[in-house]
Amino acid sequence: MRQTSLVFVLLALVCLPFADLSIHAADPWLELQRLGIGLLSPDFPGWTSVRDALFSTLAFALQGVALGVALGFLLSLGYASVVIRLIASFLRSIHELFWALLLLQVLGLSPLTGILALALPYGGTFAKIYGELYEESDKRPREALGIGGGTLSGFFYTVLPLTLKPMAQYTAYRLECGIRSSAVLGFIGLPTLGYHLETAVRQGDYATGAFFFYTLVVLVATMRFWLRPVLIPVYLGLAVYYLPPIAQPDGALLTQFLTHDIVPAPLRGGGELMPWLAALWQGQMLPGLQNTVVLAVLAFAATALITLFSFPFSSPLFGSPRTRTVARALMVLLRSAPEYLLAFLGLMVWGPSMVPGILALSLHNGAIIGTLVSRYTRTMTLREDAVEGLNRYLYEVLPRIYRQFLAYSLYRFEIILRETAILGVLGIPTLGFFIDSAFSEMRYDRALVLLLVTAFLNIGVDTLARRVRLHLHLRNQPETL
Amino acid sequence: MLFSHALRRFGQALVTSLSFGLLAFQATAAEFTFTAIPDQDESSLQQRFGKVAQYLEKTLGLPVRYLPVKSYPAAVSAFRGDQIQLAWFGGLTGVQARRLVPGSEAIAQGVEDQAFKSYFIAHRSTELKPSDSFPEGIRGKRFTFGAKTSTSGRLMPEFYIRQHLGAAPETAFSALGFSGDHSRTLALVESGSYEVGALNYAVWDDALAKGQIDATKVSVIWTSPTYPDYHWTVRGNLDERFGAGFKEKLTKAFLDMKDPALLQVFPRSGFIPAKNEDYTAIEETAVALDIMDKIE
Repeated sequence: MRQTSLVFVLLALVCLPFADLSIHAADPWLELQRLGIGLLSPDFPGWTSVRDALFSTLAFALQGVALGVALGFLLSLGYASVVIRLIASFLRSIHELFWALLLLQVLGLSPLTGILALALPYGGTFAKIYGELYEESDKRPREALGIGGGTLSGFFYTVLPLTLKPMAQYTAYRLECGIRSSAVLGFIGLPTLGYHLETAVRQGDYATGAFFFYTLVVLVATMRFWLRPVLIPVYLGLAVYYLPPIAQPDGALLTQFLTHDIVPAPLRGGGELMPWLAALWQGQMLPGLQNTVVLAVLAFAATALITLFSFPFSSPLFGSPRTRTVARALMVLLRSAPEYLLAFLGLMVWGPSMVPGILALSLHNGAIIGTLVSRYTRTMTLREDAVEGLNRYLYEVLPRIYRQFLAYSLYRFEIILRETAILGVLGIPTLGFFIDSAFSEMRYDRALVLLLVTAFLNIGVDTLARRVRLHLHLRNQPETL
Repeated sequence: MLFSHALRRFGQALVTSLSFGLLAFQATAAEFTFTAIPDQDESSLQQRFGKVAQYLEKTLGLPVRYLPVKSYPAAVSAFRGDQIQLAWFGGLTGVQARRLVPGSEAIAQGVEDQAFKSYFIAHRSTELKPSDSFPEGIRGKRFTFGAKTSTSGRLMPEFYIRQHLGAAPETAFSALGFSGDHSRTLALVESGSYEVGALNYAVWDDALAKGQIDATKVSVIWTSPTYPDYHWTVRGNLDERFGAGFKEKLTKAFLDMKDPALLQVFPRSGFIPAKNEDYTAIEETAVALDIMDKIE
């Protein structure tokens, strides 16, 4: 474990010189002050726009996650097969924002575009989680069945009953993520909370932006009150009624997209594929890959630091009830804010460099891991005469939580990497930046190649992280928050 | 065939009747929908094009809807997917759109758009002075374009940067950004986040006239040579869908637009006819800068 940590520290140090850590704003504090004032004095933008944005955020999230569950469940039934695992892995390696950009080209700005953009990557994740739960479930009932343990009815009677509860828990957690993702889809034009948030913040109207942001925070924070299992069919029905999952697919457009637009340009014009690919590699893939990895590693290191710094403040082993309340409130805020939004704000304030990206990723993920670790410390009992203060932190608590901390962090690394690509849309030159350029230039062939590179990178790191976790005998299951 | 058609009609009816609150979703077949590239603050866009929608509705005698979009490529994609039939494109986005939708046509441009220009603006701290020749002193500064496919905020500025500095923008400047729109470019250079930027001259002049620019912080240092820019583009099958002579009626509606209050929102002094060939030079420049592929 010490070795793994050292490797990550070294990696971060190696990446440091490659990162652009400058701050470009002439007076970042002035902008930060305006942002602060906006956050403290939210401005109500009118009932209709809030209601519509709120409803469509929920409608997209509910339908997207529901469809994702159906897709994930189907895929999980065949999770033993390598092909299915690869399909699931591919589906979740492409960020929902990129799925949306892709689907936008064939389905237009329609409800179905948003719903599928959520359902596809979420389906890939559900397939993995469900599949791994089956694998780890108690084998004895299946074996006791003797014949036909592998059949569908065998599965329904001996495996599913054992895994249903953790499956439901994880699914509920993903719905929370779905609401955040749904809001983020607004940034590219779907009418969710993010749509108005982006408009307001882009114009420097932080007070209105703050109102939409708080709406999102409250929506997520109150989920356990309004999201009752019995009510889910009702909500889903209302969502389908409010936002019918419809598009007007245009056959000719689809054909054109598949047989012309995404075919590499030289193949269409009778040119050579290799020089085209080589130029793309030199000009976009290589710098994109480098920036993506550098940003992800540095953000990961910063996440670890923030976690180790923040968890004591919300842990019952340290501080007073008052400090804990403040720390917890702050962490809920950071957790509810999508990284993409934090980075967007950071770029407005500090100008384009890796600083806002690193801050956004590490604050959000640090708050999540910090919460999980401090929750874990609740189960710890200390001796009556245990040391206090810094010594307690360093010699009592840290050694005992380190294993958990590493397990959570490694799992988060994959998520950080995925989000890194997305920050490119905001101007940080990761792979996502070049993907966004390709979509801007209507060069879907380039966009597709770059998306595949992103997917390969994510699948590779996914596999690597899994290996490291197994090697260290860390729990190989995702946290649910 | 008949069945799928009926199904689609049913779907459309369902969308209209149920999506009461959805601001950005598709129109039904009978509705004439248009958009504009979001080149300025969204609140001003809504106000601008809301008025245009009213004018067209009155002149053409059918329901007209303005569909707001979030980005330049979103406007082109909506045109490609037939979610809009008419668009106020820039030079480059218009060329992109017409390549993707065979049969589509440029029908009208602003009087000013025959000879449009970009301003290079600089923050006071750079101590760059206005000049008639290209300001070579911008080399090594922090520079921002507007949207990636803006004609006046990216394409033409990049062309002159390469010509005069002999280098791609990524290497000519210490930091390079894409602000997303002209209002944002102005704000970023005014605040000093970027030292130099390039934008649509009309947006600057308009903001200056309205007193929205702090002249002690930011000023124009160079005006580019002229090039053709914004224009209205329509899809090819308008007459079949909205009745014979519809395209002509629409073109006339723009050419006859005389109300100063309406023209002010563009802001243009009037509209004149345009054709696809007016934008060949823009297309060639885009190909030369590798923003577009050569035509096959």
